[in-house]
Amino acid sequence: MQSFLGIFDIYLLEAVINGILLGGVLALLALGLNLIFGVIDVTWICYAELVMIGMYGMYYLVQVFHLPYWAAAPLVILLVALLGAALHFLVIAPLLTAPPINQLLATGGVLFILQSFATVAFGIDFRNLGIRLPVLALGEMNFSYARLLSFGAALAGMIGVYLFLTRTFTGTAIRAIAQDRQIMPLMGVDPKRIYLVTSAIGGGLAGLAACLLVLQYDVHPFVGLSFGPITFLICVLGGLGNFIGGFIAAFVFAEIISLGGLFSDLEWGYVLAFAFFIVMMFIRPAGLLSRRA
Amino acid sequence: MNRQAAGAIIGLLALVALPFVHRDPYHLHVLVLILIWSFAYTSWSIMGRFGLVSLGHGGFMGIGAYVTALLWNHLGVSPWIGIPLAMATAGVLALIVAYPCFRFRITGHYFVLVTLALSGIVLQVITATRDYTGGSLGYTPQRAPSGKGLLALQFDDKTTWYLIALAIWVAGLVIWRAIDRSMIRHAMEAISEDEDAAAAAGVNVTAEKLKITLISALMTALAGALYCQYQMFISPDTVSGIAVSLQMVFAAIVGGVYVALGPTVGAVITIVLAEVLRISFGTKAVGWDNLVYGVLLVLFIIFLPKGILGSVIDRIKSPRKPSRGHEQQIVPIARR
Repeated sequence: MQSFLGIFDIYLLEAVINGILLGGVLALLALGLNLIFGVIDVTWICYAELVMIGMYGMYYLVQVFHLPYWAAAPLVILLVALLGAALHFLVIAPLLTAPPINQLLATGGVLFILQSFATVAFGIDFRNLGIRLPVLALGEMNFSYARLLSFGAALAGMIGVYLFLTRTFTGTAIRAIAQDRQIMPLMGVDPKRIYLVTSAIGGGLAGLAACLLVLQYDVHPFVGLSFGPITFLICVLGGLGNFIGGFIAAFVFAEIISLGGLFSDLEWGYVLAFAFFIVMMFIRPAGLLSRRA
Repeated sequence: MNRQAAGAIIGLLALVALPFVHRDPYHLHVLVLILIWSFAYTSWSIMGRFGLVSLGHGGFMGIGAYVTALLWNHLGVSPWIGIPLAMATAGVLALIVAYPCFRFRITGHYFVLVTLALSGIVLQVITATRDYTGGSLGYTPQRAPSGKGLLALQFDDKTTWYLIALAIWVAGLVIWRAIDRSMIRHAMEAISEDEDAAAAAGVNVTAEKLKITLISALMTALAGALYCQYQMFISPDTVSGIAVSLQMVFAAIVGGVYVALGPTVGAVITIVLAEVLRISFGTKAVGWDNLVYGVLLVLFIIFLPKGILGSVIDRIKSPRKPSRGHEQQIVPIARR
C-alpha cells in the first residue's frame, strides 16, 4: 500500500508541476486577449490564428533562412505585433461603433482568412523547428526544458507588460482608456493611437506565445483550433478584461487538463475542463473573481 | 389568395418537378447539399436573428449525426427512431446549457463563448470516444441489406433524397414563418432591444429565450442526422466543432439573417462557390474557398450587415434611402 501510494504520488506531482508549466503559456495567451478586450472592448476570435502565423514565421526563419532561435524570436514578435496592429486598423477600426457581436464575427472572418491563407501558402503538412531540447530528470520525474523555458519566458513577458502598464506614460494612458472611454479623449489622450498600440502589444504577446509553443508543438494551419478555444474559456472564466482573474483561471484550467489527462486520455482532460467551465458559468457568471450582484 | 402565396406555390411546384425533368446526378447532389445546409443555416438564424449568436450549433449538428449513426450501428435502432432520439439528446443538452445562461443573464460575448465551449465539448467527446465513433478518422453508418433501405433511411436514388431534403427545407421555412407571425417574435424583439424593459412589460425573458433555443437546437440536430444519412460518412470536422459553427454564422450573415430566405441564399452562395473552385482548380483549390469566405464575411459585416438578400429587399422597398455609408443606421446582428 505504501509503495503504491509512493509511485502514485510521483506521477501526481509530475502532473501537477506539468500543469503549472502549461499554465504559464496559457496565462500568456490569456493576457494578450484580456488586454485587447479590456482596452478596446473587442474579442479577437482569431487570436490563436495570429499565434499560428507566428509559429510559421519561426519555422521559416529558423529552418529555411537558418537564423538562430534567439535572433528569429524578436523578428517574429515584431511581425505578429504588426499583424495585430493591421488587424485593428483594417477590421476593428471601421467597426468600433458597431454592436460587439458584429466585431466578434468579423474577427471570425479573419480566422477563416488566416487559416486558409496558411493552407494555401504553407500547405497542410505538419512542420517543426527540428530543435529538440533535452529532458530534465528530477528524481523520478521528467520535465522537458521546452516547457520550463516557456514558463520562464511567459512569466517574464507578463512582468514586462505589467511594468509597461504601470510605469510608462503610454501604459498609464492605456489603463485610463480602459477605465473610461468617454472622458479620457477629453483629457488629451488620443484613443485611436492607444487602440493601435494596444493591438500591437496584444499581437506581440501572441508572437511571444508563438515562439514558445513552436518549441513544443508541430505547426500546421489548424493548430490554432487546438488551443484557441481554451484561451477564450480562460478569459471568460477569469472575467473578460480581468488580468488577475485570467492569470488564476489559466492555472486552474491547466491543472484540470493535466490531472484529467493523468487518469485518462488527454481529450478527457479537455472535456473535463470544458465541463468545469460550463458549471462555473452558473456559479460565477461574470468570472472567478467577481462578486455576486 | 394573394400574389405572394401564388408565387410561392408555383416556385415550390417547379422545385418538386425539377428532378423529373433534369436528371443530372451531380447537379442533384449539389442541390441536396444546398437544401440540407440551408435548413441548418435557417435553424441557426431562427435564434441568431434575435441576437442570440450561438457558436454551439456545430455541437447540436454533431449530436444529431453521431447519435443517429451510433444507434444504428451498435444497437440496430432504425434512424426513424434514432433521429427523434438524437434530436431529443440535442434538445436536452441545449436546455442544460441555455437555462443557466438565460437565468443568469449571460449575453453578448459571454453567451458566444459559453456556446463555443459547448461545441468544443462535443468535438472532444467524439474524438475521445474513438473506440465507438472512429475519432477524427470519421464514421460510416452500416449499409442496410437490400430491401431494407426504407427502414434504414438509406436510398441510392438521388431523386428520393432531393424530395426528402426539399420537404425538410420547406418545413424549416414554415417554422420560420410561424415564429415570424407569433408572439414569440415580438417578445424576442423586445428582449433583444432591452431585457429589463421587456421583463418589466411582462415578457418571461428566460422562457421565451429557451423556447427559441430549443426549436433551433432540435432543427439543427435534424439537419445533422439528415446530412449523415445522405452522405453516409461523417467526421468530427464536417459535422461538429467550431469550424462548422462559424460556417453557419457566415452563411447566414452573407445571405441575411432577417429574411426567411436569407440563409438559403447564403447556402447557395457558399456551396456553389466551393464547388466552382473545386471543379476549376481541383486539389490546388484547397483552402481558397475558405479564404474567399473569410474576406466576404469581413466585408459583409463592415458594409452590408443585413446580408445580400436583406439589402436587396431594403433597396426595393425604399429605393431613396441610402443603405450604406458610415452614418447609416447601425444594423445590429445583436442589439445590446
